[in-house]
Amino acid sequence: MRVALLVTHIRAEEKLILAAFNRRGISPDIMLDRELNFDISGGIEQLAPSGLAWSAYDLIFERCVSTSRGMYALAVLNSWGIRSFNSYETAAICADKVRTSIALTQRSIPQPHTRVAFTPDSAMQAIEDVKYPAVLKPVTGSWGRLLARVHNRDSAEAILEHRQTLGDYNHHIYYVQEYVDKPGRDIRAFVVGDRTIAAIYRASNHWITNTARGGLATNCPVTAQLDDICVRAAAAVGGGILAIDLLEDARGNYVVNEINHTMEFRNSSEPTGVDIAQEVIDYVIGQAEAVA
Amino acid sequence: MTEGTPLCPECDADVEIPSDAMENELVACAECGIELEIMRLDPIELELAPEVEEDWGE
Ligand SMILES: Nc1ncnc2c1ncn2[C@@H]1O[C@H](COP(=O)(O)OP(=O)(O)OP(=O)(O)O)[C@@H](O)[C@H]1O
Ligand SMILES: [Zn+2]
Repeated sequence: MRVALLVTHIRAEEKLILAAFNRRGISPDIMLDRELNFDISGGIEQLAPSGLAWSAYDLIFERCVSTSRGMYALAVLNSWGIRSFNSYETAAICADKVRTSIALTQRSIPQPHTRVAFTPDSAMQAIEDVKYPAVLKPVTGSWGRLLARVHNRDSAEAILEHRQTLGDYNHHIYYVQEYVDKPGRDIRAFVVGDRTIAAIYRASNHWITNTARGGLATNCPVTAQLDDICVRAAAAVGGGILAIDLLEDARGNYVVNEINHTMEFRNSSEPTGVDIAQEVIDYVIGQAEAVA
Repeated sequence: MTEGTPLCPECDADVEIPSDAMENELVACAECGIELEIMRLDPIELELAPEVEEDWGE
């Protein structure tokens, strides 16, 4: 089986993924997104950066840290009929918080009350509709960057004015969410196909609990209830290899906060005791063999 | 400085390269903390890693 690993650069996760492929006798060709140059209508026989035709590849494993590059590369490759993990469709939904919220709504999966508005005035109305404290997020972006929790009209006005003045058009899409009064932690669950293979709590004194922002990871038992909401959430965005971020609300119910399609997991195998990379790769190989 | 130990392009400190290092891998300079990319392995060539862009992440 010939596999291409599509990356922006190599991080801890990509090394774990390569090692997991190697253990199964596969050595993926590493393709850098900076070297891609597709003739969109040129078809599958054009050469990949490896020197082989794209048609030689059974599978593309997309691990670009650059969300846009990864997404457009998948758009092209999938259009030529090349299988990938994740699919373009899944990546495109997960890369966009509005589209993710819509997908979750369509499958009746609990999520924080969320509104979207397009001008500072209507965004102010949206904030007052979800009530204070409210959370404002860019529709694309990660690692908790540029998230804001607003407690009152004064700070809302300031943030909206800054975003409208200093931000590009992406920041003029106002994604407004109720603040979920969670217990100082959130949950990151790893879904592979139709299974939740592991989950961690991410605890922090800060309201933003991402490990990228210093949140502390500990094992979170995968109960039947957690598995059920995670697997349904994954299916709602098209399925694949996904990290589901959940919050526990004041009544202890799960709500899905967001879904990541190129998940980081370097700090999650140790607390959970699950070899996440190997689980992922064995699933991917199984899926590729099933269609071969 | 041992022969072949690469220097941080930012602060000139020796940068420790893991034994299983790969081309295009990111490493951090222990001295100044900056992220570097291994552009070549033999001999090792380091460059400042590209700046994080707004759409980068998971
Ligand atoms: N509505 C909310 N109520 C309470 N806490 C929230 C809410 N939204 C986000 N958070 C906190 O902020 C963190 C980051 O939020 P979110 O995952 O939406 O941002 P992100 O930048 O997409 O992060 P990443 O993609 O790295 O997971 C969450 O892990 C959670 O701790
Ligand atoms: Zn340095």
